Amino acid sequence: MAIEVRDVTKSFGGTPVLRDVSVDIGSGSLTALLGPSGGGKSTLLRIIAGLEQPDTGTVVISGVDATRLSPQRRNVGFVFQHYAAFKHLTVRRNVAFGLEVRKRPKAQVRRRVAELLELVHLEQLADRYPAQLSGGQRQRMALARALAVEPEVLLLDEPFGALDAQVRKELRTWLRRLHDEVHVTTVFVTHDQEEAMDVADEIVVLADGVVEQVGSPHEMYDNPANPFVMSFLGPVTRLDGRLVRPHDIEVCAAEQPGSSAATVTRVVRLGFEVRVETRVAGQDVWAQLTRGSADHLRLDPGDTVYLRPVSNARTLAGSG
Amino acid sequence: MATIEARAAPISAPPAAPARAPRPRRRPPHLGTGLGLGLAVTYLSLIVLLPLAAVVWRGTRGGDFWRAVSTPDSWAALKLTVGGSLLVAAINIVMGTVIAWVLVRDRFPGKAVVDVLIDLPFALPTIVAGLVLLALYGTASPLHLNLAYTQAGVIVALLFVTLPFVVRTVQPVLLELDRDMEEAAHSLGAGGWLTFRRIILPNLLPAMLSGGGLAFTRAIAEYGSTVLISGNIKFRTEVAAVNIFGRIENDEITSAAAVSTALLVVAFVVLAGLDLVRRWGARRGD
Repeated sequence: MAIEVRDVTKSFGGTPVLRDVSVDIGSGSLTALLGPSGGGKSTLLRIIAGLEQPDTGTVVISGVDATRLSPQRRNVGFVFQHYAAFKHLTVRRNVAFGLEVRKRPKAQVRRRVAELLELVHLEQLADRYPAQLSGGQRQRMALARALAVEPEVLLLDEPFGALDAQVRKELRTWLRRLHDEVHVTTVFVTHDQEEAMDVADEIVVLADGVVEQVGSPHEMYDNPANPFVMSFLGPVTRLDGRLVRPHDIEVCAAEQPGSSAATVTRVVRLGFEVRVETRVAGQDVWAQLTRGSADHLRLDPGDTVYLRPVSNARTLAGSG
Repeated sequence: MATIEARAAPISAPPAAPARAPRPRRRPPHLGTGLGLGLAVTYLSLIVLLPLAAVVWRGTRGGDFWRAVSTPDSWAALKLTVGGSLLVAAINIVMGTVIAWVLVRDRFPGKAVVDVLIDLPFALPTIVAGLVLLALYGTASPLHLNLAYTQAGVIVALLFVTLPFVVRTVQPVLLELDRDMEEAAHSLGAGGWLTFRRIILPNLLPAMLSGGGLAFTRAIAEYGSTVLISGNIKFRTEVAAVNIFGRIENDEITSAAAVSTALLVVAFVVLAGLDLVRRWGARRGD
C-alpha cells in the first residue's frame, strides 16, 4: 500500500470533520475521494499531505509512519484548487522550486524542468508569469511543479474545481493519460461523481466524515452499499418503496407481473434520452427511456402505463 | 515506492486555452473622461504644481542655487536629513513589516487596540510628539535614556512619525497573500525560513519599499517632531526643514527655496524609484 490511513479523527472547533476514517490506497492507483461539500474529503487529503494534523490516528506513506512528519519531509506532491502559483516566479522557476530547495545541481534542474514542461505542454510559456496564464495552464504548471520532486504520492484537492466546464473535461481526460504515463500513486478530491467515475480506478465515498464505500467505479455504481451512495453516484427514483435507477425501470403498455399502474404526467425529450415522469399511487416516479422505445410506446401525458424494475435491476430498500 | 519517470514523449496535447486577452487599445477620451482629466489637471496645478514650480523657480533663479545648498550649515543639515531619513526608512521597513506580520498572523489579547494605536502618530500634532519624546528621552528621562540634542534623538523622532506608513502598506498585502502558496512551498520541501525568504518576502517587497518610500519622503520634510528634541545645533542636529525655517527668518528667501529645491529633487528621485518598483510588480500581473 502506498498510503494507509488508520482510524483518523479530526475536529475543527468542536465540530467533527473526520470520524475514525481508515483508507488504504494502493501503489500506482488513481483514487478519487468523492463526497458532498463538507464531507471531510479535503481535510483527509490535507492530513495525508501533513498540512493538517489528525487528532487521533495514523498516516503511513510507503511503509513509513508519517503522522508526525512535517509536510516538507513527506515527499508528497500537492496540487491546490486555486493553483497556489508562486506569483513572483516564472513558470520555469515555479517548476524548479522543489528541486532548488533540494539543492540539486543546476544542470540537472534545468534538464528535469525542461522534461516536465514538455510533459505538461508549457515549454512555450516557460518564461511567463502565472498571471499571464489561463486557469488550465496554471493548473498544469502546478502539476508539473508537484511532479518535479518525484513525490511518493500526488495529491490533488479539487484540481479542476476552479475551471470552466469545457477545460475541466479536457483536463481530466488529460490527467488520466498523464497518470497512465507516470504511474505515480495519485489521490484527488472531487464532489463531482461524473469526474470521479471518468478518471479514477478506485473511488472512496466520504460523507459526514465517514467512509461510506470503497470500490471501483462500476462496482460502486452497480452495487452501492447504501441509499446514500446509490443516490450520490447517479440518478435514482423510488418505485414501490425501493430505490431504483430510472434506466432500470421498464415501461409497458399492458399490465405485467409485478408492475404498478402509473399515469404519465410529463414526457421530456433530451436528445437521445427521454424522461418519462409519472405518478404511481400518489408518488412521483420517473423512468429514463431511449428515444426509440419511447417512440414505440407513443407516450402522452394522461396515458396509463405499467412500471416495473427490469429483471437484473439493482434496487435498495429506500429509507427516508 | 512509486516514483515518476517523466518521459520526454509528450502525452497528447492538452487544451490550448487562450492566455490573457490583449490589452485594449487606448482610445481618445470621452467627454466624461475629458472633464475628469481637466478637473484633475487644474486641481493638481493649483495645489501641487504651481507652488512647487514657484519654489524651484525661487531657488534656482540667479545661479545661487549651488552656493545656497553648499553653505556648510545647509549642507550638513541636508546630509543629516537625507542620511537620517534613509536610516529611518530602512529601520521602519523592517520593524513595520514585523508589526504588520504580528497584526495579521498572530492572535493576542489587545490586538484590536494595537491596530488602532498604529495610526496615532499621524493624529498627534508633530510638535506634541516632539514634546512627548523630549519628556521621555530628554535630559530628565525617566528611562535614563538621554537623547536630547543628539542625532539619535532626531532619528527617534523620525521613526515615531513615520512608523504607520510601512505597517499600513504591508498589512493589506499580507492579508491578501495566498496562504496556499506557503503550503505549496512546504509540501515542495521548503522549511519556514526558506518559505519566508523565497515566497513571502518577494511578494511583500513592493509594498515594503512603497511604505519605506513614503516614510522617507515624510521624514526628509519633518519639522515639528524634531525641532524640540534636536536642539537645532548647527552642523550636528539641525535638520533641513529647520535650516530652511532659519533662513526664512533671516530673510534669505532665495537660499531657503534653494535648500527646499534640493529636498524636492531627492524626494522626486525616491518617488520615481518607487514608481519603477510598482511597475516591476505590475509586470508580474500582481
